[in-house]
Amino acid sequence: MQTDPMTLTLFVPLFGAIAAFVLPRAASVIGPFSVLATGAAVALLAREVLAAGAVTVSLGGWAPPLGIALRADGLSVAMLAMTAAVGLLVSLGALDALRDARQRQYFWPLWLLLLTGMNGVYLGTDIFNLYVMIEVIALAAVGLTVLSGTTAALRAGLEYMYASILGALLFLTGVGFVYLQIGRLDFAGLIAAEPSGALSAALALMLVGLLLKTALFPLHFWLPAAHANATAPASALLSGLVVKAALYIFLRLATYMPPPDEMLVTLIGTLGAGAVIWGGIQALRAERLKMLVAWSTVVQIGLIFIAFARAGQIGLAESWKAAAVLILAHGIAKAAMFLAAGRIKDEVGHDVIRDLDRSAIRPTLAQFTFALAAISLIGLPPSLGFIGKWSLMEGALAAGYWHWVAVTMVGTLMSVAYFSRVLAAFLRFDRVRAPVGEHQGWALADAAPLTLALSAITLGLMAAPILSFIELGYPFGATP
Amino acid sequence: MIDAPLLPLFILLTSLLAAPVLFALPERAASLRTGINLGMAMLKVGLVAWLSLKVSEGVVYDLRFAMLPGLEFKLQADPLAILFVALSAVLWLITTVYSVGYLERGPHRARFFGFFTLCVAATVGIAMAGNLFTFLIFYELLTLATYPLVIHRGTAEALRAGRIYLIYTLAGGLVLLLGTLGLWVLAGTTDFVPGGVLDEVAESRPLAAMLLFAVLVGALGVKATLVPFHAWLPIAMVAPAPVSALLHAVAVVKAGAFGIMRVVYEVFGIETAQALGMTMPLAVLAGVTIIYGSIRAITQDDIKKRLAFSTVSQVSYITLGVALASPIAAVGALAHLIHQGLMKITMFMAAGNLAEGLGVKKVSRMDGVGRAMPGTMLAFSLAALAMIGLPPLAGFVSKWYLAQGGLDAGAGWVIALLLGSSLLNAIYFLPMLHRAWFRDAGAAAFAPARPRIGWMLAAPPVTTAVLVLVAGGFANAPFSPLEWTRFIVAIEYRE
Repeated sequence: MQTDPMTLTLFVPLFGAIAAFVLPRAASVIGPFSVLATGAAVALLAREVLAAGAVTVSLGGWAPPLGIALRADGLSVAMLAMTAAVGLLVSLGALDALRDARQRQYFWPLWLLLLTGMNGVYLGTDIFNLYVMIEVIALAAVGLTVLSGTTAALRAGLEYMYASILGALLFLTGVGFVYLQIGRLDFAGLIAAEPSGALSAALALMLVGLLLKTALFPLHFWLPAAHANATAPASALLSGLVVKAALYIFLRLATYMPPPDEMLVTLIGTLGAGAVIWGGIQALRAERLKMLVAWSTVVQIGLIFIAFARAGQIGLAESWKAAAVLILAHGIAKAAMFLAAGRIKDEVGHDVIRDLDRSAIRPTLAQFTFALAAISLIGLPPSLGFIGKWSLMEGALAAGYWHWVAVTMVGTLMSVAYFSRVLAAFLRFDRVRAPVGEHQGWALADAAPLTLALSAITLGLMAAPILSFIELGYPFGATP
Repeated sequence: MIDAPLLPLFILLTSLLAAPVLFALPERAASLRTGINLGMAMLKVGLVAWLSLKVSEGVVYDLRFAMLPGLEFKLQADPLAILFVALSAVLWLITTVYSVGYLERGPHRARFFGFFTLCVAATVGIAMAGNLFTFLIFYELLTLATYPLVIHRGTAEALRAGRIYLIYTLAGGLVLLLGTLGLWVLAGTTDFVPGGVLDEVAESRPLAAMLLFAVLVGALGVKATLVPFHAWLPIAMVAPAPVSALLHAVAVVKAGAFGIMRVVYEVFGIETAQALGMTMPLAVLAGVTIIYGSIRAITQDDIKKRLAFSTVSQVSYITLGVALASPIAAVGALAHLIHQGLMKITMFMAAGNLAEGLGVKKVSRMDGVGRAMPGTMLAFSLAALAMIGLPPLAGFVSKWYLAQGGLDAGAGWVIALLLGSSLLNAIYFLPMLHRAWFRDAGAAAFAPARPRIGWMLAAPPVTTAVLVLVAGGFANAPFSPLEWTRFIVAIEYRE
């Protein structure tokens, strides 16, 4: 058994999942510690990548195309680190949020399995392994969706499962065709392959599968119900992390594939624009807080694809960075927001937006956290979300793609509109009948989401090092 | 004296770090909260005094770190920044005293003072921003920090005002973001440099430069209440009196006017802006706003609303002085930045006292209030007369320089404009004074014959009124706003 940090990021959560499943009584201890240990492995890996650029490890000593290789570069370590950090804080939040014994029993094995799958995606170097990993993720994610046990959650989970299976099947079919075409499945083989119509068709199949899994408009239909009806920590993981797996594979493939033509890039940006507008409208109409937050995820996914398409085909060499920053920003801020929304729902007793201002109970800190997360999601300075939006608009403006700038601005205004529906309710008191106490709802459980939200804001000040870190090992362009 | 290169940062942090502490304090820890508020405000005044001394000695402060490749977060303390920082530091101290008195027993004080402090931090950041990117960051922070203050009362009317405020200012902020991006793409820098950074672009791509000017000034014009972007200000006056005072005198409105200054002087450079032919339209727009605001003020019966329309008019003096592209007018504009702040804050605090002490909120109910609250009304009257431009009060000094600048720039219509505006000022202010001093309260005499307002409410407007007197009467003394202004203009016009 190898003990390099890269392998550890896979096996620590995997064994943690098994242990938590076998020992349900100890799961609440095993869970957070496994995530912590994974985080430590990621930190070690980050040091290696900082020193040496991209690092490759062959599992069992077999090099591709025969064996399985893992590769870590700046982008994958950034994703690993974001996942570990968000995951750790969500875990801490879950310790408080999951009161039900049955929920606790299943949450930890599922979440650790999910973590294994996520890390596998970030480190994978061949498309068949990526397929296996997204199936692992889907399995765990569906389990997390239905964890709350309500009818709505079960229904949403079922829909999610169908979408997920369909997406995975499309991806697998694509993988099969790629193998038939070029006889290899690793990224190096993809790069070396002669572009051909058949190969493009195979890749297109994979692409559609991924778009379905990442819920890009109009393939987003399964997402809002699934994310809104899960328990708060599960929603945070699903919205903050899970959709990013398919998004990440998309970003990776986009380089290894034969260069996409301008039409395709424009199409992807247009779908992103559709997501921003349609998701915005739905968020404006949402009646429940968690539903609003879930629709905001649809919007943000769209924004990430606009960032990808911001400067057309020629700009792809730079555009992926804007998309990556937005992915990181959304992961952190959305996890914070879902945890905060869960806290508000717990304290107030419901999450009907219209009646939030009737409650005499005001979970001040959770509301503050929600507001901070909203600042990053709207893209107001100095948050990381602002940096992502700045990069998006800068690239689009420099390349003369005005329409992407316009869509982003419209999306921003809409996000202000739907978030202020909630924020204004926090500050309104004239509809309260009972006397309002002071500083209600301070709890240790607020610490995790607050930390996440504060990081989303302050990481924007450290955008320059983050940007230079994700470029380490030239994720896009050089040999994998 | 020891040199502290981080001094600007410390000044920013005095309020930025106080905010989370104030948020976290429990509601009943009133004296501790007041202590922190006043302590930090005084500390800031002290630090700013030190900073201005250092800057006048020629010390250059320049703090920067890269947020994005090539794009820096940059604080600087040039004389123009000092002017605005000093104004905000002094008026923050006075307004803090006033707010403590005003909100003594009100709800949500922790929240109020937290956002209040954050608002001042944003203003200081705006003042000391060394490039448009940093300016944008604090400009947005200012919007976010003032919104909870505007809707502080939490009534349906306040929420409506807040929503309108948010729509205007965040839309303006978004356009400013677009303009900042445009500047970054066109010029490759967003730094504020005396003389501007766009002279080459203006030559090679004049149309793009003109568009950029319109975008930037339009975006800033939302907060500077240039017609037609002014509508939020009279609505936002539902905010508590200290907030209105701060909004109108230092924070929001001034941030817009100050931004226009930075953009015209240090992004485009006055010569480039003039060469592009953009200054004259801006001056005309400012002139229209001056007249429009004054005319609307005449018909308002609500005291605060009348004052708000007066602000729309008065703040555009600053824009006018900038746009006239004459060094003398610039002196008037910069001096007015200070003078208008002092005059308007006095009037809003006085109006707040009338509402608190007598329950008088309408002009039509002001009969005889002078006898009931002589101190407050004296301060109010002084400020009103200064606004009208009575020599030797502060407002006269600004108008004098603006008029001279108008002549200097060959725009004779400015004289007529200023005379007309003064006339209109008199039309809407003098009846208020007449009612207050020369009419009897009549049968509906005020319930408490001698209303009780604490010294914390009474002293601040009187203090600022004295400052109005001093700023006008001793305009030529060293370290007066006017003198400092000449120092700045020499830099901006690179003389």
